[in-house]
Amino acid sequence: MPAVSKGDGMRGLAVFISDIRNCKSKEAEVKRINKELANIRSKFKGDKALDGYSKKKYVCKLLFIFLLGHDIDFGHMEAVNLLSSNKYTEKQIGYLFISVLVNSNSDLIRLINNAIKNDLTSRNPTFMNLALHCIANVGSREMAEAFASEIPRILVAGDTMDSVKQSAALCLLRLNRTSPDLVPMGEWTARVVHLLNDQHLGVVTAATSLITTLAQKNPDDFKTSVSLAVARLSRIVTSASIDLQDYTYYFVAAPWLSVKLLRLLQSYPPPEDAALRSRLTECLETILNKAQEPPKSKKVQHSNAKNAVLFEAIALIIHHDSEPTLLVRACNQLGQFLQHRETNLRYLALESMCTLASSEFSHEAVKTHMETVINALKTERDVSVRQRAVDLLYAMCDRSNAKQIVAEMLSYLETADYSIREEIVLKVAILAEKYAVDYTWYVDTILNLIRIAGDYVSEEVWYRVIQIVINRDDVQGYAAKTVFEALQAPACHENLVKVGGYILGEFGNLIAGDSRSSPLVQFNLLHSKFHLCSVPTRALLLSAYIKFINLFPEVKATIQDVLRSDSQLRNADVELQQRAVEYLRLSCIASTDILATVLEEMPPFPERESSILAKLKKKKGPGKLPDMDDSRRSVNGSTEHSENTDTTNKGSTHSFTDVLNLNSTPSSGASLLIDVFSESSAPPAAIDVSEENFPRFVCKNNGVIYENQLLQIGLKSEYRQNLGRMYVFYGNKTSTQFLSFSSSSPPQLNVHPKAADPMIEGGAQMQQILNIECVSDFRDAPVLNIQFRYGGTLQNIAVKLPVMLNKFFQPTEMMSQDFFQRWKQLGAPQQEVQKIFKAKHPMDTEVTKAKILGFGVALLDGVDPNPANFVGAGVIHTKTTQVGCLLRLEPNMQAQMYRLTLRTSRDSVSQRLCELLSDQF
Amino acid sequence: MRFLLLFSRQGKLRLQKWFTSMSDREKKKIIRDMTTMVLARQARSCNFLQWKDLKIIYKRYASLYFCLAVESQENELLALEIIHRYVELLDKYFGNVCELDIIFNFEKAYFILDEFLMGGEIQETSKQIVNRSIEASDMLQEAVTAYLNIKFQKCT
Repeated sequence: MPAVSKGDGMRGLAVFISDIRNCKSKEAEVKRINKELANIRSKFKGDKALDGYSKKKYVCKLLFIFLLGHDIDFGHMEAVNLLSSNKYTEKQIGYLFISVLVNSNSDLIRLINNAIKNDLTSRNPTFMNLALHCIANVGSREMAEAFASEIPRILVAGDTMDSVKQSAALCLLRLNRTSPDLVPMGEWTARVVHLLNDQHLGVVTAATSLITTLAQKNPDDFKTSVSLAVARLSRIVTSASIDLQDYTYYFVAAPWLSVKLLRLLQSYPPPEDAALRSRLTECLETILNKAQEPPKSKKVQHSNAKNAVLFEAIALIIHHDSEPTLLVRACNQLGQFLQHRETNLRYLALESMCTLASSEFSHEAVKTHMETVINALKTERDVSVRQRAVDLLYAMCDRSNAKQIVAEMLSYLETADYSIREEIVLKVAILAEKYAVDYTWYVDTILNLIRIAGDYVSEEVWYRVIQIVINRDDVQGYAAKTVFEALQAPACHENLVKVGGYILGEFGNLIAGDSRSSPLVQFNLLHSKFHLCSVPTRALLLSAYIKFINLFPEVKATIQDVLRSDSQLRNADVELQQRAVEYLRLSCIASTDILATVLEEMPPFPERESSILAKLKKKKGPGKLPDMDDSRRSVNGSTEHSENTDTTNKGSTHSFTDVLNLNSTPSSGASLLIDVFSESSAPPAAIDVSEENFPRFVCKNNGVIYENQLLQIGLKSEYRQNLGRMYVFYGNKTSTQFLSFSSSSPPQLNVHPKAADPMIEGGAQMQQILNIECVSDFRDAPVLNIQFRYGGTLQNIAVKLPVMLNKFFQPTEMMSQDFFQRWKQLGAPQQEVQKIFKAKHPMDTEVTKAKILGFGVALLDGVDPNPANFVGAGVIHTKTTQVGCLLRLEPNMQAQMYRLTLRTSRDSVSQRLCELLSDQF
Repeated sequence: MRFLLLFSRQGKLRLQKWFTSMSDREKKKIIRDMTTMVLARQARSCNFLQWKDLKIIYKRYASLYFCLAVESQENELLALEIIHRYVELLDKYFGNVCELDIIFNFEKAYFILDEFLMGGEIQETSKQIVNRSIEASDMLQEAVTAYLNIKFQKCT
């Protein structure tokens, strides 16, 4: 008989469940449930006290009903009562109910927390585990507040049972994920690291998970874990599979622990210590060698566990990106997997190779697998595998293979699943642009894209091709000829009509010499598509027609007839009607000179970033690429305002400007893009951004922000409310000139027009002014990129400008009573951020005062009952809002520690200010 | 790990475990997305899917689909083995587990999962130790068995 015979069947529950299963219809089920709910309610309300068993049974029924998808609005109290039962099963059901149906009802939370507290102190490991599980399952802030300081104690106490240690470690991990600010760091962290040496592998596994998470935030505190992790890993890797007893999984030694250790090591750079480093390399080699050994079992579990470790080892090799031999071995191994009969392995090999492709050591090795990947694109049955193949082709693409890869992607596009078409279109468009050597190829590629997958070509893509054609006169004639030919097709996609209309309107004259594409032929061709198009496209075509009138006076009469027709002049759509009327009028009254001026060829678009890239990033979601949101939110000046610098037609509606004014669209996302076209030597991302002196500027505004042998950069800045002005002084320390000097500040800053001279004489100094506006609260400071030629070499320097949130403080004086009233109003848990930290500098009252004043707040005397403490208040000004802020700093001379508390109405502001200020003492 | 779902071939949810807090609306949407996505997969496809920024790892055991969502840096193959280990534990406890066991003993299925995973991380990878602690907690229980009779009625 199965083990359940020892269990605690609840007959009533089983009957109820089978009743529900016997219900023939949804209505019958709802009816049965309502009957049960009424029954339970009456039992709970009844005069007779329920015994533990019945209470458990009813709570369990409620849980079942809830899990079926019905709302439950009572029974919480009974569940909480079960928590204090001393019968295990009753307690267990109580905890399960609480975990599944958390209720933010504050009274209840207090009761729950009390019950948990009792169990945590019960010294009964089973009860302690239940309580820890409940905290981890709920993971709410209230619970974190109540227990975050207690759990580390349990974790490192000498007499704690192993199973409780495991629970405590993972519980702490969960709390650290939800409320990292509430988990206090302290001396326990050092002892947690030593759990890596524990005899019990379960404890080691749990501790490794915890340390990995904590180390990502405070790598320095957990540095010592690296050597311990390597040692542990080495012992596992070299152990015979039976050594680890039950931690061997299908003949693989402790796969979970191995993977976790390898993950932990990915939080750090390669070890500097040579011995340690070679020991780690040995481990990784052993893992790679094992992949070549014959399997010890035919079971899929064996190969999965073994390969899981292998893939994690490869991830570490890629992360370190420093051992060329290992990288190439990893690449070869993945190459084998590319042709494995297990679909899962092919999928993972493609995925893993994607990251490998970006390493300079292995990029070439990855490229050797191109044919296999292309083949996968054609033959894989599973769409998710094909998608990975597309990703990999995209990642391995460079100038040498761009034409082939783009061609393959284009031909795959014809049969690709609808779900991934848009992404492929974007990728093709980006690659074609990035690696275009000759732009005729680029134009052909994009037109092909429109032909094959017109519906998936977003506005960004066709805007971009127009921008490029307008900016490059060597391709304009070809573009005109090609669109003209493409438009000959009887059915062509509307996006092609748009591109065709725009390009012929601008450059139709370049092909008008050929009688087969004479002006009239061009016009008739375009106009034959007119009636099949949507309103925005028709509006664009009308604009193309008026451009034709300017380009080709000989078709003026024909076009005027078209504009004059009722279907245009009396069109029901106000936009079309207005264009027809205005263009007709313009063509009648304006002299040829005026017409030529008004309808002149579009000026080149400012070389702006490709908005296609942004679109791809957006599609990929936040996980795939670094989060760009912050940089967009940061000190932002012009970008958001430039939305509508309008053209000639004041009266027209918005859609009109959009159609003509191509560059107005991408502006909202523009600041976060990389200009794939720029030929300038190195993209800023490649240079290390200097931020060494950055922290010195938190509490002051003037000083030297950067200095090397050649150049010194000094700053003077002043701030008022949400505006600031920064004077940047570039000092040439050498005796020779700096040539082609340029500095580009981030797009978020308004830069004063009289910017930098292209030359700085030896020993001279040059000044530049930056205007700054804080639009909303932000974290990341802008980066100033400087480029100049010294001697023969081009110098690139990037400096993080000390523009921090606290610069936009206005100090606020207030009385003690006001202060405490506001302090109380800002009492919600997310509004407060607190940090306890060790003093880095001598604890001097006057210095501290100066720093707090320099931070930007008013220092309030006589507010805190303890005169040793500091209390401050101020308001952060941003363009959109103002954020009030209160702070309190409590020095503890004996312990050489501070406690800093910040309360503001915004949690992001509290958090950022706390980080900035706590670093200063 | 973010969540674990068990559902039948008909898309009936049998177990849901969430490792991060989420609103009921989000949960319902995820359940809907997962069941439609996973059930639409052809046999012998790979066991991994990309869904938003998460990796979805699923596997079918008899009539039940086990579907696990993990963060993008997690190891897919090992996630697959987490599912397998859970199935082994259920098997050991129920003796050749079937969907009915999980329906009628849903609370047990949750308890076993809790012994094995916690806060979205694996807590104990040793099968012996997990089994021992599950058995130990059963010893703490008062023995009454009505469920078995019902199970037999259902099966015959």
